[in-house]
Amino acid sequence: MSTIEHLASMANDISNFFEGEVGPAEAPASIALHLQRYWDPRMRARIIAYAAQGGEQLSASALAAVRTLPPPPIR
Amino acid sequence: MYSLDHHDHGTPPTDGAPVTLTIDGAEVTVPAGTSVMRAAAAAGGAIPKLCATDTLNAFGSCRVCLVEIEGQRGFPASCTTLVAPGMKVKTDSERLQQLRRGVIELYMSDHPEKDAAGERSELRQVAAKLGMSTVTRYGKDGQTHLEACKDESNPYFSFDPSACIVCSRCVRACNEVQGTFALTVEGRGFASRIVASQDDGFKESECVSCGACVESCPTGALTEKSMQAVGQPAEAVKTTCAYCGVGCSFVAEVKDQQVVRMVPDREGGANRGHACVKGRFAYGYATHQDRITKPMIRAKITDPWREVSWDEAFRHAASEFRRIQAKYGRFSVGGITSSRCTNEEAFLVQKLVRAALGTNNVDTCARVCHSPTGYGLKQTLGESAGTQNFDSVTKSDVIMVIGANPTDGHPVFGSRMKRRLREGAKLIVADPREIDLVRSPHIQADYHLQLRPGTNVALINSLAHVVVTEGLVNEKFVAERCEPGPFQRWKDFVSQPKNSPEAMEAVTGVPARHVRQAARLYATGGNGAIYYGLGVTEHSQGSTMVMGIANLAMATGNIGREGVGVNPLRGQNNVQGSCDMGSFPHELAGYRHLSDETTRNLFGAEWGVTIDPEPGLRIPNMLEAAVDGSFKALYIQGEDPAQSDPNTQHVAAGLAAMECVIVQDLFLNESAKYAHIFFPGSSFLEKDGTFTNAERRIQMVRKVMEPLGGLADWEVTVRFAKALGYEMDYTHPSQIMDEIARLTPTFTGVSYAKLDAEGSIQWPCNEKAPLGTPTMHIGEFVRGKGRFFITEYVPTKEKVNAKYPLILTTGRVLSQYNVGAQTRRTPNSQWYDEDRIEIHPHDAEDRGIATGDWVGVSSRAGTTVLRATVTEKVQPGVIYTTFHFPESGANVITTENSDWATNCPEYKVTAVQVMKVQQPSDWQRRHAENDRRQRELLQQARARA
Repeated sequence: MSTIEHLASMANDISNFFEGEVGPAEAPASIALHLQRYWDPRMRARIIAYAAQGGEQLSASALAAVRTLPPPPIR
Repeated sequence: MYSLDHHDHGTPPTDGAPVTLTIDGAEVTVPAGTSVMRAAAAAGGAIPKLCATDTLNAFGSCRVCLVEIEGQRGFPASCTTLVAPGMKVKTDSERLQQLRRGVIELYMSDHPEKDAAGERSELRQVAAKLGMSTVTRYGKDGQTHLEACKDESNPYFSFDPSACIVCSRCVRACNEVQGTFALTVEGRGFASRIVASQDDGFKESECVSCGACVESCPTGALTEKSMQAVGQPAEAVKTTCAYCGVGCSFVAEVKDQQVVRMVPDREGGANRGHACVKGRFAYGYATHQDRITKPMIRAKITDPWREVSWDEAFRHAASEFRRIQAKYGRFSVGGITSSRCTNEEAFLVQKLVRAALGTNNVDTCARVCHSPTGYGLKQTLGESAGTQNFDSVTKSDVIMVIGANPTDGHPVFGSRMKRRLREGAKLIVADPREIDLVRSPHIQADYHLQLRPGTNVALINSLAHVVVTEGLVNEKFVAERCEPGPFQRWKDFVSQPKNSPEAMEAVTGVPARHVRQAARLYATGGNGAIYYGLGVTEHSQGSTMVMGIANLAMATGNIGREGVGVNPLRGQNNVQGSCDMGSFPHELAGYRHLSDETTRNLFGAEWGVTIDPEPGLRIPNMLEAAVDGSFKALYIQGEDPAQSDPNTQHVAAGLAAMECVIVQDLFLNESAKYAHIFFPGSSFLEKDGTFTNAERRIQMVRKVMEPLGGLADWEVTVRFAKALGYEMDYTHPSQIMDEIARLTPTFTGVSYAKLDAEGSIQWPCNEKAPLGTPTMHIGEFVRGKGRFFITEYVPTKEKVNAKYPLILTTGRVLSQYNVGAQTRRTPNSQWYDEDRIEIHPHDAEDRGIATGDWVGVSSRAGTTVLRATVTEKVQPGVIYTTFHFPESGANVITTENSDWATNCPEYKVTAVQVMKVQQPSDWQRRHAENDRRQRELLQQARARA
């Protein structure tokens, strides 16, 4: 599995939890907060770039969440 | 025999109402239920005794402790006679002396002139006190046991029947303290003797070599071989075991900086005087010939090592890290703290990374074990730690063990748990394997929920479903203590039919009626306590499961008092401590997130730097970033990711891609084979510091010998930081703890002075709790109100199919410890010298596999070859192995799947195929060749030096 496939898979796992916890409508905000609190900026940068290209392997909630992330500082 | 500093009270303490009596004319007040013997000890006297000791119930067999009691006929045994108000006791008289002499004389007439205990033999001490020598009027001419053969089979202790007086202390220690029931008195009268199992000899018997029998022996019949080899110790130093998360307190008995023996501290809050085969006996690794005691460097991992001075090693390391940061950026480097090192050492490594290197790329090996515990308990209860002390189990009525194997992984606590179970507590075990607790002498689990690996969350939801739908919620507790909105949402969620035991039976494989009965028992059986281990955390839903456990405890009101709680059994000695110390890349000491500017500024001001507000890389992310080219240098203290982390080939690729790997360790471990710089580490015997165990208990580690490499681990980090241009001005670890206390609200009241005075402290320790907090969340949760979370079951991506039809799960055994770096270098390997695959008879028969056959185990990550053990301990469709030996390559098979919240690897679920083979796997051949080559490079360095 490539790094980006792995990151997408991890984001989807996070998405699975928050969709259950707060529902699909509010999940993106919780997912985005989780990514900001626990993911290194270079990981966020890669998933943001992936989402910008369509992010086809991301779940709907994960994709929505990633699209709300501000650009992380450069690492 | 007792430790050097122990003063025995004869019988165990009690906690009854005060009773006043008179002993030898002096009034003494003791709790009701106390024996006359213990009361006499409390009054400052010491009644002679042999079969009594204060860790065992009174037995009354030796007839040495006789006393006279006014108004009573005869001479009652003081160990079995309880105090009464106004009782008048005489402990010494001519008649008593005469009776005692008569008994001792008989013993001495059948006792060797010399025994291993020497002057520390209680028998000889009593004889001396009575003015007797070994020569008696009976002589040695009659029938004796003096020619009886010694049992030398156990590598750590010997049994000399000629010195045995059959007082049964060893038998009772095995029964009452350890709970193994391996020893017995065989025969009657003169023919009676102590035997192990069916007279199999100690090593081949059911004996687990905990050593309780050895310590309890009053005559030296059972003695540590180290006593015979090294001689009598000269001093005693209290310290803390460096193996599992129980954190046993020990008295190290030392002679000329050499450990003679380790005796568990009877005042130890965690272990109450008990130990296991690892802590008591397996310390020989500390002086093993494989220890590397000289710093070494090399340019490439294919080069020979070159031994250098510490100064050169630090200069080179600093120069490499600065070169790499200059070339690839500040964030291209990082560090890993160790759960085997002290709190102070973990604190310093993360400080070095954050302050000297200017990045948050620091993580700890707890990443791969209990990181979901930290996340899950913080979210639900407000603190990343277990809720109880170990004593709490003595007040539990229902014990639920989930994904843990206490008798092997945490044996001293396992023994305490078994003791409580023998007293009548109920037991629920949720585990894919039939662990020993399910059925062992005098223990029988009420329910064994033998779930399929990977279905924990489905099981916890179905347990919760029963609690909610059958009206078993503790509504009062929930209303007072928990947030109402999340509780209602959780209640609605678990009530859904999809979460019922009947619906989940197809997923978990656990009969619905057993789930219902177990849930009812836990919710209504009195104090319900949950103990869990890596079988909970090491899953793709590890954090979800931890939250599910907390939900269940809150819903039933089983939290916030003694006897209940949520109790993670931590794997290594300082998992709790390394996490407390800010080792994770997203938070500072005391679990405070980097996004909190006030906390960042507090640390920044103390350290004279600006702390980066962004989270750093976790261990698996570091390795991925290394493969991708953005992470280039790593300082690893006391950790071996190349053996312990999943998907070994991926880990190796990550390490090999870095330009500078520093390994600080006792041995040339698997990761050191990819290292460019080696800093010699120091064992727990070679330094001062503290460990924090699974019950948040901070305990002192005290130096008993000088570091073999010249520097303690904390000194290495200090010197490395200095070489990087960042001054750390400590001359003793106590100063590091003072800094931790200044910066960490839960440690405010902790100091070495207080630890010396109190023995141990359970954090939080601050103004509100100056002596610590044995039980958390009393009256209020740390986060205020408890928070329920919805725990939707999400099946793991690791699914069985035609190619990989079995599930592999992993664990460990009693005699070995984690990656085995310590225990493999001790005689413990005599009990377990290779990792094996356990396979159910049905699966074995399908594949033509018999016990002892070599089998190939393949997953989508890799293949390895191990020998098989066919056993019904595992269920059909599931195989099991341990990961103690690097050549086994257990982690060659495990995958990159991980917990959604923390990236803790999913070690417990890997889809595999198994087949009979005749030769090692390709990976094993490559590993053997690399191992041989790396050892050659080490030998070349030593030869040159």
